[in-house]
Amino acid sequence: MAPELFVQYLMAGVTYGFIYAIVAIGFNIIYNTTGIINFAQGEFVMLGGMLAISLNGLVPLPVAIALAVAITMLIGALLEITFIRWLDRPSVLRMIIITIGLSILIREVALHVWGESVRALPYFSGNEITTIAVLGARVSPQILWVIGACSLMVGTLSLFFRYTLLGQEMRACAANRMAATLCGINPRNMVTFSFMLSAGIGALAGCVMSPITSTEYSIGTGLAIKGFTVAILGGLGNSMAAVAAGLLLGIIEAFSVSVLPLAFQDAIAITILLIILFVRPHGLFGRKDAAGLKEF
Amino acid sequence: MLRIKNLEAGYGKLRVLKRISLHVNPGEIVTLIGANGAGKTTLLATITGLIRAIAGEIQLKGENIERLAAEKIVARGCSLVPEGRQVFATMSVRENLVLGGYVQYRSKGYDLTAELDKIYALFPVLAERQEQLAGTLSGGEQQMLAMGRALMAKPSLIMLDEPSTGLAPLIVKNIFQIITRLRDEGNTVLLIEQNAKAALQIADRGYVMETGKIIVEGAADELLANKDVQRAYLGRDVE
Repeated sequence: MAPELFVQYLMAGVTYGFIYAIVAIGFNIIYNTTGIINFAQGEFVMLGGMLAISLNGLVPLPVAIALAVAITMLIGALLEITFIRWLDRPSVLRMIIITIGLSILIREVALHVWGESVRALPYFSGNEITTIAVLGARVSPQILWVIGACSLMVGTLSLFFRYTLLGQEMRACAANRMAATLCGINPRNMVTFSFMLSAGIGALAGCVMSPITSTEYSIGTGLAIKGFTVAILGGLGNSMAAVAAGLLLGIIEAFSVSVLPLAFQDAIAITILLIILFVRPHGLFGRKDAAGLKEF
Repeated sequence: MLRIKNLEAGYGKLRVLKRISLHVNPGEIVTLIGANGAGKTTLLATITGLIRAIAGEIQLKGENIERLAAEKIVARGCSLVPEGRQVFATMSVRENLVLGGYVQYRSKGYDLTAELDKIYALFPVLAERQEQLAGTLSGGEQQMLAMGRALMAKPSLIMLDEPSTGLAPLIVKNIFQIITRLRDEGNTVLLIEQNAKAALQIADRGYVMETGKIIVEGAADELLANKDVQRAYLGRDVE
């Protein structure tokens, strides 16, 4: 394989890898505070993209993106408050079914509001044919926007969880919910925050990827499957491992194009998901004993 | 400080506490002893609001708290050191302590560094292990961390659930010395223990609980001398 082609595939793989990683981190944040997988995570990505596209005509692009992220966060909080918060010690299965229901609801509402048409945000810098040279390969500047924005999010999130009081409260809830309550932390609020945070990062990823991948009402499902694969691959709840697993899946998918027909690309994620669930359900980086202690 | 009247509580249809009444005066150590399954931990869970009371009253400093959410009760000045330590295993010792002071951050005159220093003075081993993950501490150190975390909230009443469980005798002695010291510094302590003898030796008053009821109460030395208590809880044969 020519070195330029190699770099080309690699850049594409890293781009998609980061997007998967952000969706997976969204899964992890909610998983850590509630112990459930929020299957509406992909819909947050779709909502972010769609809202930004609609707002873009009315306000400048950066404002549109900021507004789209803020609105999606609000929707995340509202959904949690309406459908999950008031449940008294719900079972894991019940909460998962609720999130699946929410994902269908959001998708159908999006279909009514935006229709079936495929839309996209304009490229943040340059246009469709602008390229810059990276190690001999020609890549779109939007790819650098995606990689930059996603790595910034990952970095900011890890600082947030480490050094801010709110981040520490959320980790405390994840580590021991009862003890967190005894410290005076309201775990219900932490769950609402975790939905807001997941919705926010999902929406931002949805905006930066939109120029390359386009946005339509149904993209959430596919992203949720990829993100779920990555979250499981890395080990549920471990966000740094999710980044590594995301990049791995993205790169495998990108290079598969050179040996397999393009149509098989999506099958790869499902195959990896099945293999992981059979062979290493605690993930590549997860610990088996820790996984055994989890309810789900 | 704490006054409980005819308290009933339980899980689902199972009533564990049957008309419990007790009180704790400011500045004293009160101990509640009893066998496994007597309802001691359930009583603490009900006081802290983790379980709702079915009937009865719980008053903290004259204010009824039996309807408040658990996190509000901590803010009213009643902290629990739960059974089995329950430290935040994946967080550092310092982070654990900082979270313990969570309810106090917004109050004026709360000096986080000064409070941390107080805890480190009380438990020097925690100062040495500040950056270590709490889950990697020994059992005794985790118990000290759990106590330190509860004290960070500057509670007017601190409740300890079986602090001696699973610890070496020397460490138990150390923990009990610290509890005595807390009382001498003006704190109020409600101590729950299976190690009845050790608990009664440092306590001012005690209650004996059996199958969800208080069966004996009195001054600690009276209970130590009580023949029934001796036979049932102090492992002493009385002819």
